[in-house]
Amino acid sequence: MDPVIFLIQCLNAVQYGLLLFLIASGLTLIFGIMGIINLAHGSFYMVGAYMAFALQPAVEHYLGGGFVATVAVCILLTTLLGYLLEWVFFSYLYTRDHLQQVLMTYGLILVFEELRSILVGNDVHGIAPPPWLSGSISLSDVMTYPVYRLFISAVCILVATALYLVLTRTRLGMKIRAGASNREMISSLGVNIKRLYRIVFAIGVALAALAGAIAAPVTSVYPGMGNAILIVSFVIVVIGGIGSIRGAFLAAMLVGFVATFGQVFFPQVAGMLVYLLMALILLFKPEGLFHQG
Amino acid sequence: MRKILISTALALSLGLACTSPANATVKVGFMLPYSGTYAKLGEAIENGFKLYIAEQGGKLAGQDIEYFKVDDESDPSKATENANRLIQRDKVDILVGTVHSGVALALAKAAKASNTTLIIPNAGADAITGPLCSKEIFRTSFTNWQPGYAMGEVAAKKGYKTAVTITWNYAAGKEATDGFKEGFEKGGGKVTKSLNLPFPKVEFQPLLTEIAAAKPDAVFTFFAGGGAVKFVKDYADAGLRQTIPLLGSGFLTDGTLDAQGAAAQGLLTTLHYADGLDNPKDKAFRASYIKTYPSIAPDVYAVQGYDAAQLLATGLDAVHGDAGKKAEMRAAMAGATIDSPRGTFKLSKAGNPIQDIYLREVHGTVNQVIGVAAKALADPARGCKL
Repeated sequence: MDPVIFLIQCLNAVQYGLLLFLIASGLTLIFGIMGIINLAHGSFYMVGAYMAFALQPAVEHYLGGGFVATVAVCILLTTLLGYLLEWVFFSYLYTRDHLQQVLMTYGLILVFEELRSILVGNDVHGIAPPPWLSGSISLSDVMTYPVYRLFISAVCILVATALYLVLTRTRLGMKIRAGASNREMISSLGVNIKRLYRIVFAIGVALAALAGAIAAPVTSVYPGMGNAILIVSFVIVVIGGIGSIRGAFLAAMLVGFVATFGQVFFPQVAGMLVYLLMALILLFKPEGLFHQG
Repeated sequence: MRKILISTALALSLGLACTSPANATVKVGFMLPYSGTYAKLGEAIENGFKLYIAEQGGKLAGQDIEYFKVDDESDPSKATENANRLIQRDKVDILVGTVHSGVALALAKAAKASNTTLIIPNAGADAITGPLCSKEIFRTSFTNWQPGYAMGEVAAKKGYKTAVTITWNYAAGKEATDGFKEGFEKGGGKVTKSLNLPFPKVEFQPLLTEIAAAKPDAVFTFFAGGGAVKFVKDYADAGLRQTIPLLGSGFLTDGTLDAQGAAAQGLLTTLHYADGLDNPKDKAFRASYIKTYPSIAPDVYAVQGYDAAQLLATGLDAVHGDAGKKAEMRAAMAGATIDSPRGTFKLSKAGNPIQDIYLREVHGTVNQVIGVAAKALADPARGCKL
């Protein structure tokens, strides 16, 4: 392989891995720290993408427009949505067994898909990236790289750093980690664990929606888009070790590289390479790369 | 007295029963996607079908048409069960379906096993009118091979020497790119690389990089729906539109142009239907369709549904509306000349349209016809023993 092409492929892999991390980070919080099997995670991703599409005209009308404003409104609304969902549905699930969690979150997938169909319809829609990010950089004599993809990577790195700092350096992060390892103990120490979980859940939903909204100009929005990313998100969380942000980051990068180079070198089996990777890692590290607690 | 009454009643009812075949309705079973990604396609096919019936005054060969509907959900694992609902429960005379090729394969097997006439208004799997072909099965759409092969010829005539194909790793994509390869290499070109990725993955970046490395004269692709939107945009974003021409099977730009926007302008695709066809039948069809369904633009799926109804009409006319005379009806259908909005066509021995494949160019939000890529192109129907 030509070294220039190889470097471009590495860039593709890093970029894909970062996006995967952004998508999976919310799931790591909800599944890893709160212990809820949340199949609706893909739906939150879809909600974010569709909001970025559907809210654009309204934001333009009331706030003067702009991509950043749309994404900000989208994050605000989905945080609220997450907070409410936790309150009305998820808070009853912590003590129930996993099957009931699966049933309810699967139900949510159907509800969100149907709502999407009623509210926005079944068409595929494209979203234009903001004008100040729509340029591209030339990489070789025939290929260019869109600036927007680099912007996505920058956002992903920012979110990863912020998450890491919040979880390891702040009081909130300390409480969250404590809550993850022992619910009863931390509530007996006077921390309102219910509210804490509500906040964590809201952040998780907002992260998924942010990923959807940011990725929308690249992926376009289409029915069933959430289901496509759900499984790979779970793979990343499982490889990374449940509840570990660091692990999820590393796992997302691994998956990015395996998926990218798998497609290039082994196109016939590209679909299963990621799962082979997961199987291999679980064989030697049954708890994932970085298991917490 | 009582006995006489009963026997009279019996005789009357028997008499009625005897006369009923002439007045009975023809039962048409739609097995189409009414939910999911293909829901709009199913709707368009049904609209087209019903439009033709309405134009005939709501009857075919003097018979009322009674409809039965099953949502096939584009799910092959439920296909046999869904087909049998129409065949065994509703006892339909004619099956019409479907969009998804995997579902259509199961549907074709069920139709064959129960000796029920099937008209396929979309699914393009080569096998249905290839190894699986049968006298019960007709298709008013296309095989995946047809647009691919036609584009291969076009590419060779344009003087391209090398090409790369890229598609999803599934039957429809493989059939389309194989068709392209056949047409292109017959014309002296060479397909240097066949790229594919698992269905329905849309992470194209690594493969676009491969295309940039291979630097072919042209790229041929088969994608549809959301994947088509993303591929066309990614191809443009990667700067490849300026250096390597992109050619596609028509579904690359059908129903997706609004979402693809500027990235799709000027793309060349091949299909058996196009915007701006210069034939009176198409103009009449479009006017009638827009009048009946003001909120939906007529498209290739509506045409295929419309032609499915025309094909059925030919069959029913030949047997004077008695759908029970299956063999005669099928013989008439097999020999039919369909005056389609796409241009008139006849069916091949295997039951697939022998039709012109148009070369189209994207202008704004239409696929404008700019010529005929292949005249009266027949699928080779490899493996068909009819």
